[in-house]
Amino acid sequence: MSARTIIDKIWDAHQVRAETAETPGILYVDLHLIHEVTTPQAFTELRERGLAVRCPPRVLATLDHSTPTLPADASGQRPYATREAEHQVHQLEANCREFGIELNGWDSAHRGIVHVMGPELGATQPGMTIVCGDSHTATHGAFGALAFGIGTTEVGHVLATQCLLQRKPKSFAIHVDGHLRAGVSAKDLILHVIGVIGVGGGTGHVLEYRGSAIEALSMEQRMTVCNMSIEAGARAGLIAPDEKTFAFLEGRPRAPHGDDWLRALEYWRSLASDAGARYDSEVRIDAADIGPTVTSGTHPGMVTPISAAIPLARDAQEARALAYMRFAGGESIVGEKVDVVFVGSCTNSRLSDLREAASILRGRKVADGVRMLIVPGSVRIKLEAEAEGLDAVFTAAGAEWRDAGCSMCIGMNGDIAQPGQLVVSTSNRNFEGRQGPGARTVLASPVVAAVAAVSGCIADPAAFLEHAA
Amino acid sequence: MTPLSTVRSRTATLPFENVDTDRIIPARFLTTTERAGLGRYAFNDWRYLADGSDNPDFPLNRPEANGCAIVVAGRNFGCGSSREHAPWALLDYGIKAVISSEIADIFRSNALKNGLLAIVVGDAEHRELLASPGLDLVIDIAERTIALPDGRRWTFALDGFARHCLLNGVDQLGFLLDAESEIAHFETRAAEHRFSLENAS
Repeated sequence: MSARTIIDKIWDAHQVRAETAETPGILYVDLHLIHEVTTPQAFTELRERGLAVRCPPRVLATLDHSTPTLPADASGQRPYATREAEHQVHQLEANCREFGIELNGWDSAHRGIVHVMGPELGATQPGMTIVCGDSHTATHGAFGALAFGIGTTEVGHVLATQCLLQRKPKSFAIHVDGHLRAGVSAKDLILHVIGVIGVGGGTGHVLEYRGSAIEALSMEQRMTVCNMSIEAGARAGLIAPDEKTFAFLEGRPRAPHGDDWLRALEYWRSLASDAGARYDSEVRIDAADIGPTVTSGTHPGMVTPISAAIPLARDAQEARALAYMRFAGGESIVGEKVDVVFVGSCTNSRLSDLREAASILRGRKVADGVRMLIVPGSVRIKLEAEAEGLDAVFTAAGAEWRDAGCSMCIGMNGDIAQPGQLVVSTSNRNFEGRQGPGARTVLASPVVAAVAAVSGCIADPAAFLEHAA
Repeated sequence: MTPLSTVRSRTATLPFENVDTDRIIPARFLTTTERAGLGRYAFNDWRYLADGSDNPDFPLNRPEANGCAIVVAGRNFGCGSSREHAPWALLDYGIKAVISSEIADIFRSNALKNGLLAIVVGDAEHRELLASPGLDLVIDIAERTIALPDGRRWTFALDGFARHCLLNGVDQLGFLLDAESEIAHFETRAAEHRFSLENAS
C-alpha cells in the first residue's frame, strides 16, 4: 500500500461504504458529543419518525452553552438568561433520559465545555472519528482523532445511524519547525498560522499540524492549536498521537484498561502519517518567527504581533473591520484601553491556561474600570484550580471566578460585553458582535489577556514582565 | 424536503467577505428548540438599528432588494459556527439561493440539506454578479446552470448526490437508514479488528 497520511488511515478504517462519483461515502462515527443548543430539533425528528438512538454508548452529552456561570440561589433556581435558555437545558435533560444517553449534567464533576469534557474523561482517543454539532470539535484532533463539526440535520443522522454521508476532505500539512521563543504560547502559534493561511485558507481540508514545534507542545497546548482549525475554514485539524498523548489518556475513566490498553497503544502507534505521504497542500512556518500575537480585525485571520504595528488595511473589507475595532493601521495596538477581559472557552480554559493567567495576576490587581471574567472549562478544572489556590489569586486580584461553561465566548448565557466595549478574550472568534452587540473583541493568549487586565490596556507581556522585575 | 428544480429571482448583493454565521443569526437567538420562525432574526444586528427599526444601510433592506430570493455574497460566506439555524433563518427570511466565490464547508453542507442552494462560481463570474445587482437569474439544478438575462448560461459544480436529493426532495436520513445491514456488518467487522470501537462505553 502506498504511503498514507493519518487522515487517510482514520478515513479508511471508518468507511462503511466508499464514495463514488455519484454518492458520498458512509463514514462510521466512534464518538458523538452533544450539547443543548444544536440537538433539540434532531431529537424531535427522531421522535416524529419513531426512530431510536442507534448506539447510546457512543453518545455523550453535557450542558455548556446556555448555562449560567453564576451559582443557583438558595431555592436551587439557576440564573438563566431567559426562560427559553432554561427550557433548552431541560429539553436536553429530558431527551437524554428518553433516549438513554449519558448526560454529564448539573450534578456531574465532568460537566463543562463539551470539548473539554471529552479529553478529560478519556473518551477522546487516537484514531477515532468524533463529531459534535459544534464547529470547535477539531479540538479533539489534538489526540490524533478525526474530529469535526456538523449541523443539526447531521446530528440526527448520527443519532439514528451512527454514520454520516461524507466525501473525503483534502489534506493540508502545516509544518511548524524550530523552537517557540520564551513567552510565546500555543495561542500565539495558531493565531499566527491562521494569519498565514487566511480565514478561508483551510476550506475543504483537514489540517495536520506537524514538525518539532508541534511535537514539543503539551496536550493542552495541542488542544488550543487544533481548536482553532475551523477559524482557517478547515473541516478539522489534528496532530499525530505520541507518548505525551498516551500518558495523558492512561487511567482516565473512559480510556481503555488492562489488555485493551496494550492493544490500543499498538494501534495508536500505527496512526502517524507514513514517511513520504503526500498532502494536497503544505505550508512551512518557522516557530522562531512567532511572537505574542493578537487579532486586530473582525475575523481571526486579521492578526498582528503585539510588538508590531497593526497592518494597514489591504482592501475596503479590512478598512471596515479596523473602523469597527476603532483601530488605525500602522499604529501600535499596545496602549489600547481595555474594558473587559475574558479567560475561558474551549480554546483556553484548561488548568494550564488558568495557571498562566494566575502567574500574572498573583499579587496584582485588575486595573480600575476593567471587568475580568475567568471561567474554567469544566467542573473538574474548577475544583483542581481551587485545590491549588488559583481562585484566591483571581478573586484577590478583583477578577470574577465563575462556574464552568462557554460563557462570554458565545454570550448565549447572558455573559456579554456592552456595545463599544473592548474585550481581550482568550476565546476563538472576534466576529462583530460575537461577545455582545457592538462589542469589539481582541483574541489573545491567557498571558496577554491577564497582562491587559492588570495594565488596563493592551500591553506587550515581555515589556510588562521586564518592568515588573 | 420539498423537491426543488429551479430558482428564479432577481439578485440582491451582500458585497462583504467572510460574512460569518454569527452575523447571519446571533447566538442569543439559538436558545430555541424549534426550526421554524427564525427569519425575523436573520442578520438581526445588521438589519435592525438599536431601536428596532430597519437599518437603511443593510443591503438587503434597500427597496431594490425587496423580494430577491437570490443573494450574491462576498467570498467565504457562512464561515464560523456550525449552527444550522443560519440556513433555517435565511430560508425563513425568503432567501432560496446564495452565490459566492467561496462558501464555508459546514454552512454549505447544512444549506443543501435544507433546500437552500449554496452555489460557488468562479472569481470572474462572481465579480460580474457583484458588480450588477438586480439581475434576473434562473438557476437550473438539473442542468447545474445559471441563466443570465442576456442569454448566457454558466455552469456550476454541485455534488451529484446533493443534486439528486434537491431535485427529488430526497431525505438523506432515509438513505442512511437503508444502509443498516452494511452498518451492522461494519460494526461486527470493526469489533473483531479494532479495539477502539469496543471501548466506547
